[in-house]
Amino acid sequence: MAMRLKVEKRVDVPKWLPLATSVGSVVLAFILGGIIFKIVGGEPIKAAKYLFQAVFGSWAVFSDTMVKATPLILIGVACAIAFKMRLWNIGAEGQFYAGAFGASLVVLIPIVPLESTPKFIVIGLMMLFGMIAGAIWGFIPGYLRAKYKVNEIITTLMLNYIIINWNNFWIFDKWSDRGFQMTASFDRVAWLPRLADYAKEFKAFSGVTLHLGVLFGIIAAIIVWWIFKYSRWGYEIKLIGDNPDAAHYAGISISKNIILVMAFSGALAGLAGMSEISGVVHRLQESISPGYGFTGIIVAWLAKLNPFAIIPVSVLFAGLIVAGRELQPAGLSFLLQGIILFMLISSDVFLRYKIHILRTDEEKETT
Amino acid sequence: MNFTIILHAGIATGTVLLFAAIGEIFTERSGILNLGVEGMMLLGAMAGFSASLSTGNAWLGVLVAMFAGGMLSLAHGVVTIHFQADQVVSGLSLTFLGTGLALVLGEGLTGQNPPLLLDYNIPLLESIPVIGPALFQDHGILVYVGYLIAPLAWFYINKTRPGMHLRAVGQKPSAADSVGVNVYGIRYLYTFVGGCLAGLAGAIISLSVSPGWYSTQTTSGQGWIAVALVIFAQWNPLRAALGGYLFGMLRRLILDLQGPRILLGFANPLYINSNYSFFLIMMPYLLTIIALIFGSRAVAKKRAGSPSALGLPYVRGERGK
Amino acid sequence: MSSTVPAVEMKDIVIRFPGVLANDHVNLTLRKGEIHALLGENGAGKSTLMNALAGLYKPVSGTTEVNGELVDFNSPKDAIAKGIGMVHQHFKLVPTHTVTENILLGMDEPRFFMRLKKYNKKILELEELYGLYVDPEAKIWQLPVGAQQRVEILKILYRGAEILIMDEPTAVLAPQEIDDLMATMRSMAEQGKSIIFISHKLHEVTAVADRVTVLRKGKVTAQGQSTKGLTKRNLAQLMVGRDVVFSVKKEDREAGPVVLTMKDVHAKNNKGLPALRGVSLRIHKGEILGIAGVGGNGQSELAEVITGLRECEGLIEINGEEISNQPPIIAIECGVSHIPEDRTAVGSAPSLSITENAIMKGYCQDPIGNGWSINFAKAGEHARNLKEKYNILAPNVKTPAGKLSGGNLQKLILAREISSAPRLIVAMQPTRGLDVGAIEAVQSLLLEQRQLGTAILLISEELDELLSLSDRISVISDGKIMGTVLAEDADIDEIGMMMTGSSREGSN
Repeated sequence: MAMRLKVEKRVDVPKWLPLATSVGSVVLAFILGGIIFKIVGGEPIKAAKYLFQAVFGSWAVFSDTMVKATPLILIGVACAIAFKMRLWNIGAEGQFYAGAFGASLVVLIPIVPLESTPKFIVIGLMMLFGMIAGAIWGFIPGYLRAKYKVNEIITTLMLNYIIINWNNFWIFDKWSDRGFQMTASFDRVAWLPRLADYAKEFKAFSGVTLHLGVLFGIIAAIIVWWIFKYSRWGYEIKLIGDNPDAAHYAGISISKNIILVMAFSGALAGLAGMSEISGVVHRLQESISPGYGFTGIIVAWLAKLNPFAIIPVSVLFAGLIVAGRELQPAGLSFLLQGIILFMLISSDVFLRYKIHILRTDEEKETT
Repeated sequence: MNFTIILHAGIATGTVLLFAAIGEIFTERSGILNLGVEGMMLLGAMAGFSASLSTGNAWLGVLVAMFAGGMLSLAHGVVTIHFQADQVVSGLSLTFLGTGLALVLGEGLTGQNPPLLLDYNIPLLESIPVIGPALFQDHGILVYVGYLIAPLAWFYINKTRPGMHLRAVGQKPSAADSVGVNVYGIRYLYTFVGGCLAGLAGAIISLSVSPGWYSTQTTSGQGWIAVALVIFAQWNPLRAALGGYLFGMLRRLILDLQGPRILLGFANPLYINSNYSFFLIMMPYLLTIIALIFGSRAVAKKRAGSPSALGLPYVRGERGK
Repeated sequence: MSSTVPAVEMKDIVIRFPGVLANDHVNLTLRKGEIHALLGENGAGKSTLMNALAGLYKPVSGTTEVNGELVDFNSPKDAIAKGIGMVHQHFKLVPTHTVTENILLGMDEPRFFMRLKKYNKKILELEELYGLYVDPEAKIWQLPVGAQQRVEILKILYRGAEILIMDEPTAVLAPQEIDDLMATMRSMAEQGKSIIFISHKLHEVTAVADRVTVLRKGKVTAQGQSTKGLTKRNLAQLMVGRDVVFSVKKEDREAGPVVLTMKDVHAKNNKGLPALRGVSLRIHKGEILGIAGVGGNGQSELAEVITGLRECEGLIEINGEEISNQPPIIAIECGVSHIPEDRTAVGSAPSLSITENAIMKGYCQDPIGNGWSINFAKAGEHARNLKEKYNILAPNVKTPAGKLSGGNLQKLILAREISSAPRLIVAMQPTRGLDVGAIEAVQSLLLEQRQLGTAILLISEELDELLSLSDRISVISDGKIMGTVLAEDADIDEIGMMMTGSSREGSN
């Protein structure tokens, strides 16, 4: 009984398939990653148990995971809106750092007198400056792409390196805290409120670091979901992403939208940066991101650019990061992310083609 | 700041960019966009370093590095050529994959001292004033190979039959297919070649030009600069080589700016405050953006620029290219 | 006559694509030294059958014999080895390479080094043999279309093709070039070559073919019939299965006030070369102005400058408002609708639904557009209305546009463009690639619009269509309007002359 494969182009896609490919990719990636991990001398089962504990163990641990998920949600959504238009914003990491810088400006110059300004104004200003800084860092590659057709993948990546060094200059030099490679801790007024602040009222919240930033993420996801589903802008974005020639023919300005979307995407990533330094680190320092900007790309892709799906996917990856912190070797979570993304795009083939397994003696077809 | 020294350093670091860029030129000329160069380079750097350490032979390390880069690029090939996945995302995933693999498998390599590739001088030629010592003294063999590879690649692509087939596949795969040229096979071949050369470039870093393993700092974005260089060079290996060397020289120049107390008649701010060096570190990346702007404008103006079928999957019988 | 073993014998060929039976037990016999026409409407399966003979597709079942020998082709190379060569409708030439390089592509000689000088000479000798002249060192993008076709033919002759397949060879040629091609075909047949040519043009079949095989919806309706004594009517019946009306009925109308004015418009094409050289014309309300001409003489650019997709110099006005050299949105707002040449690449977004495609022009306006949002409920309703009114076949309005057949997609685009109540419709090759049913539908819709007072600029490469639909016909050649005639008085020879560059006295 000999068998052969027959590949046929699909006429339509069953609804469950995209979800199945996403889930399947993750599962396969874990298996593969586990194997590689074993080769290098690790214990994959133990690590998997640890991962589960990291996400579902206790409320405190869950809150840690949610804290890590916060910037991922924002960046995931930021990437989703850019990718929808086939604009490859690989610069979310840099826009994150830009946002952190912008928000720090409010506190470190300072822009308003910190002792006498009410908290919500300080936080509000930090959000504003963070988003503007991120928007600028998104605007630059957007403008270059719109005006000179410069490949945004490379420009956004280069800008990542540039902004990190820019931040480093200020951290090591002008704003350095007594020569240490970080700024002084921010005044309490600049801290995003977190559940631990209410430990007095609710004992359970003691030590829980979950901060307001997570709300930013959820609101951003809702806004972008609305944009995609109901707004004119979202329609234009979808059209440009699917067929720029048709969009141009329909009278839509592609250059304008490239710049707008990149700036918007940058603003969201910048907000993530602000939320991280105001809600978690409470200072500006050299390393504030374990690669959120890159993980966010994978989150967006795995969630198939659906803003609501981005939330649970962010939690999953946040769990990976939390677990990864304790795991050796350090690069494992990066590797896993790479495998997941790779599996994901390979699995896209199933969305386009049907594979039949035929027996060569009978030409009977099975779907 | 000595011109000879800057030229020498420029050639050395430029060689890395040269190999990676020429590899990518081959790949892109066949119509496949491979953005995973940074990942392949890093993997190559680690693989070469590690193999040299375990086998005691730096050249074996080079071979292993090329193999690693090639294998990784084949993964990209299968996904983009056979599965027709989006080439941009696939390339990006390869960057993650290559980087991740390099970090995981390279655990513990920092600080090790495997045998390195040796430097040699070329007699006679090294005596040429000024440029002699810069070009022909104290360079690894692969740098000298680099001198030859650019013109050879140019000749191969433009003046030979396999080169013509390569160009045809990248410009109009349906034309090539209709006369029996193996489009898929050619794309696989040159994707593999590109990956090997990227891996080789990585090995050149870790075993010759800037020896050592420093995690992601080993390449720190040079793979991306190589990709940008391909556009800037308009898919011409000779221009890619020149661009690579120029870039290398600029990097060295920037480094040298930190040393002297007096710069161009003024007190050197870098000498006074070492933190200003962060701005210098930014320079290569900024220059890459600027080079890319010029390159993209030139491509937009000229009629014959990028391979027309670049980034598009080819399916026999379908309309289009 | 020729020897008894046929050059090609295809028996019981079945070729299937997802959802479509392209060839249903087709039989075809090609005798040595004959010119055999393969006739059928668009989508009848002719190209598919020939692509299989040329090695591009594999039939699901059936046999093919070449010179009496059973063959099984897995790739074009196998077919070439058996002496079969195909000249495709869309040329398979690499634009940036020279003629010689294109001819040598895929060959085993030269082994490694190119040495073009030697091969340039060889090519010239080949050209001499068959009377097909073209400069071997020229780059393909520099050559006119007729010359490019000669390169395609030389390509297969160089490979020793004895059996030539030509897919719609006259689609891109001017009348005089068509005559040249037919003379070439006859001379090659006399030299012993066997030729199959695919066409949907009845008069060509009767002019040059010895025998004809007709396909309809994948099945053979006439096999190897001699063309002696066959009339166009017979052939049309075999193609379509019923009596075909050869012209759509057009009512007489008085022309109204001027809607579109173009004065001395100049524009460049994508290569930077002049495409429009001082074009001036006027279209009146309720009038169809046909633009005749061989493809590549400025038609695309003409449509593009009017719809804002291309920069230009000169004046273009709609009802007195200037729209020249401005972005597409200005033309759209002035009531210009555009049925583009390429319905998939430009006119629609394949992954988006029918509804989303239907609102492409009207999404900013009430009742669908509303400030920042789109009322998709209303949009769906609008799409459903259009679907019914224009008889667009699809499961529902959520179906992606990419899944629609050519005819239905074109109907959708027409529906969209017409529903905005335009003042001017720019229709570029609106019936290209459609089957007879869809062609009739599209043409009727255009005439209906004419009746309602819409001005229409109809650009088409089918002279028959222009003659039956237009009120006036302007001929464009090399970016200039050579002359304008009334459709009812039109003399085909005169139009043919204008298409190849001689201008008419006292035109416009």
